[in-house]
Amino acid sequence: MAAFGPSTAQPAPGAPEIHAAVANEEAVLDIDGFSLWYGAARALWDISMRIPRGKVTALIGPSGCGKSTLLRSVNRLNDLIDGVRIEGDMRLNGDSIYDRAVDVIELRKRMGMVFQKSNPFPMSIYENVVYPLRIDGVTDKRVLDEVCERSLRGAAIWDEVKDRLQTSGLSLSGGQQQRLCIARAIAAEPEVLLMDEPCSALDPIATGRVEDLIADLKGSYTVLIVTHNMQQASRSSDYTAFMYLGRLVEYGPTDDIFMRPHRKETEDYVSGRFG
Amino acid sequence: MSAPDPKHPARRVRALSLFAVGEPWIWLTNAALVLCVSMIVGLVGLVLVEGASTFWPTDGVRLRLLDGSVVIGEVTRSELHAPTDVAIREQVGEAHVAQAREKIAAAGGEARRDLVRIGNYEVTGEHFRWVSDFNVAERGAPKDLVVFERVTWGRFYGTPVRFERAGVKTADGTEDAWRAFEEAHPGCRERLETRRRLERVDLGRVNHALSEARLTLRRAEIRAGGVASEADQAAWRTRTAELEAEATRIRDRIVAIDKENDGWVVIMRIADGKEVPIRVADVVRAYRPNTLDTAGRLGVLVSRWREFLLDEPREANSEGGVWPAIFGTVVMTLLMSIVVVPIGVLAALYLREYAKAGVVTSSVRIAVNNLAGVPSIVFGVFGLGFFCYTVGASIDQLLFAEKLPNPTFGTGGILWSALTLALMTLPVVIVATEEALAAVPSSMREGSYACGASKWQTIRRIVLPKALPGIMTGAILAMARGAGEVAPLMLVGAVKLAPELPVDGIFPYVHFERSFMHLGFHVYDLGFQSPNSEAAKPMVYTTTLLLILVIVTLNLAAIRIRTSLRRRYAGGQF
Ligand SMILES: Nc1ncnc2c1ncn2[C@@H]1O[C@H](COP(=O)(O)OP(=O)(O)OP(=O)(O)O)[C@@H](O)[C@H]1O
Ligand SMILES: [Mg+2]
Repeated sequence: MAAFGPSTAQPAPGAPEIHAAVANEEAVLDIDGFSLWYGAARALWDISMRIPRGKVTALIGPSGCGKSTLLRSVNRLNDLIDGVRIEGDMRLNGDSIYDRAVDVIELRKRMGMVFQKSNPFPMSIYENVVYPLRIDGVTDKRVLDEVCERSLRGAAIWDEVKDRLQTSGLSLSGGQQQRLCIARAIAAEPEVLLMDEPCSALDPIATGRVEDLIADLKGSYTVLIVTHNMQQASRSSDYTAFMYLGRLVEYGPTDDIFMRPHRKETEDYVSGRFG
Repeated sequence: MSAPDPKHPARRVRALSLFAVGEPWIWLTNAALVLCVSMIVGLVGLVLVEGASTFWPTDGVRLRLLDGSVVIGEVTRSELHAPTDVAIREQVGEAHVAQAREKIAAAGGEARRDLVRIGNYEVTGEHFRWVSDFNVAERGAPKDLVVFERVTWGRFYGTPVRFERAGVKTADGTEDAWRAFEEAHPGCRERLETRRRLERVDLGRVNHALSEARLTLRRAEIRAGGVASEADQAAWRTRTAELEAEATRIRDRIVAIDKENDGWVVIMRIADGKEVPIRVADVVRAYRPNTLDTAGRLGVLVSRWREFLLDEPREANSEGGVWPAIFGTVVMTLLMSIVVVPIGVLAALYLREYAKAGVVTSSVRIAVNNLAGVPSIVFGVFGLGFFCYTVGASIDQLLFAEKLPNPTFGTGGILWSALTLALMTLPVVIVATEEALAAVPSSMREGSYACGASKWQTIRRIVLPKALPGIMTGAILAMARGAGEVAPLMLVGAVKLAPELPVDGIFPYVHFERSFMHLGFHVYDLGFQSPNSEAAKPMVYTTTLLLILVIVTLNLAAIRIRTSLRRRYAGGQF
């Protein structure tokens, strides 16, 4: 497969180390030999991994290794970027994501996404949160109010904004904006929650509450979270995947990845000796 | 602290050079700003000062010249000059040359000359006259001097002598005559106003109905292919007879009013001692400038501004008001904005959001940008050829066949003017909108797509609201450009004197086909086409001031909308 991409100087790809425990889980998302090019530059190399249902899976790896790219491929946000080309496929509950017949809009509605950089909309806090419902045509004020409060509570920001729901979302502080975006992502109760470093702009208390949120969501939702924070990965995720230079290196239960990694690179990275 | 590190010797802090600090650049930018501001302040200041002082009533003067003749009027401006021998002789006559020379010598060789507005055009044949001070034997400001502003013939200066009512003297002497005039004036003006209404509104309606009846007959003729049926003709005859009768009734009333007004006359003595009868009804405004205190002057000022803003022009536009021009400017500008903003925004939306980037898109963009550089008169020519003579003529063929060969839409009009200017300002709106759309961060769009929004939902709910202030800026610029534009309007519908406003009480109330008056065109007309250019000159400034005020008002309204939009959607980031 990789033969189609422009060959760049890459270390000889060893097959990824996938722990047996992952294979026993029921997968909600099945990534199957997925590669991605930005124009001529290849960002993902033949990634195959199964994301277990109802569990939290963390993606870790050094900056620029393709974590965001992989996450954005799951809800096909990379479609919007000119010159992106993919190979391989992903399946959500067995249905292809990249099939021609797929309704991308329906697909995205089943997923929520929190971005690395907060991106509230130019509207009130209230409207920001209920945006996914609005575009679905929900107008029942009771439903909207309820969703708004539940989501804001879930994102640990309710107490701060409950008295000014009608002010602009852009008037919040950076960390508040990020939590607002988290609230928006969980408003429509998605099957899969994609989080790209959701806590990078948050203080320890807010981070703790987001981690609590993730713990609450576990079970009913599947969470795929990118993080640079090893403690966070080890605390709140069930499975961890380590990526390096666009490749999946090792993927297994979080405890194993952190305590008993099979690969040297993984061990170096999680122990902070990477470099 | 510690011993010096040999690898990193302590560096001495050197003073930064002047250029590194950037001081000269600050001066340069500052100088540029000062230059811009002083040019703008100079222009606006001139317009403001000249425009605001136009209506202030000045003192009346009575000048007895060396040869014994008398000049009365108002001094409008003065200048110094060094008179030549010939000029002195010409002005004062052989007999007084020596006397004049003495005066000039006493003043240090220079002479002042005043431009005196002498009015009384029907007697003097001129509105203004230069009077040099060496020619003045005696200068006075008589208390009983009266200024009349009249419906026709411009100003009148004189002293009241008697008052007559239906040919019978009712008051004698200056004071009594003036009092009698002041008593009679409001009633006469009221009658004149009634007469004007009868003529404009009632008679206008009858005339309109008459032409409607004729058009109905004409339509019937066209339908029948030549001659209308007997019934149609009979209907037309009865209708016409009815209307003619009504018109006669109205005309009779007008004649009666005229006759009544003819009976109120004040006899005035003018500069050369002659007595001139003035119909009270012909006087728009009367005051005695030399008895006015500040409050009285303010009263005249306010009354003149009122007339200027709310009335129609008279005396070839050099007197009276500019209300039709204000109305025309505002309606045309709004009409233009209503057309150009939606079209421009939609076009920019397609160009930026939907069109694939490529040669075609770039060419369209370049073409649009170049459209902004086309001289505005070219748009006027295009508007005349395309809108008036092609589109308008076709509309006439289809809908107004009975009026042909008189054009309805097939000639200049407010709609075609608005469309022409819309075309002219389109690039401004498109460019501004494109910029505003491009400035919407892609992270916001991605956030919306990630929520499962379609492209259109994203544009409508995220991109447009975020870009709206920028779009409004474009609309404001377009509006300002359009409101101040004159050249193309001269071809497609602005006229010197429009008989009717584009909006009135006759069905269908809004008449897009009508020609209209425009403040910008009015300025041009006053400044370069007026027969009485001295009197028109101050009006040029006042009208310019008004045009600027109208544009500023329109812009402020738009800016207010933009600010409230900003407040609704924004708040600083972080
Ligand atoms: N829009 C894009 N166009 C071209 N190249 C891109 C684009 N986005 C990312 N890349 C490239 O793809 C590679 C992976 O980027 P990605 O954003 O997925 O990294 P990441 O693992 O999320 O890094 P970080 O931890 O710093 O967020 C990088 O080399 C980057 O330069
Ligand atoms: Mg990233």
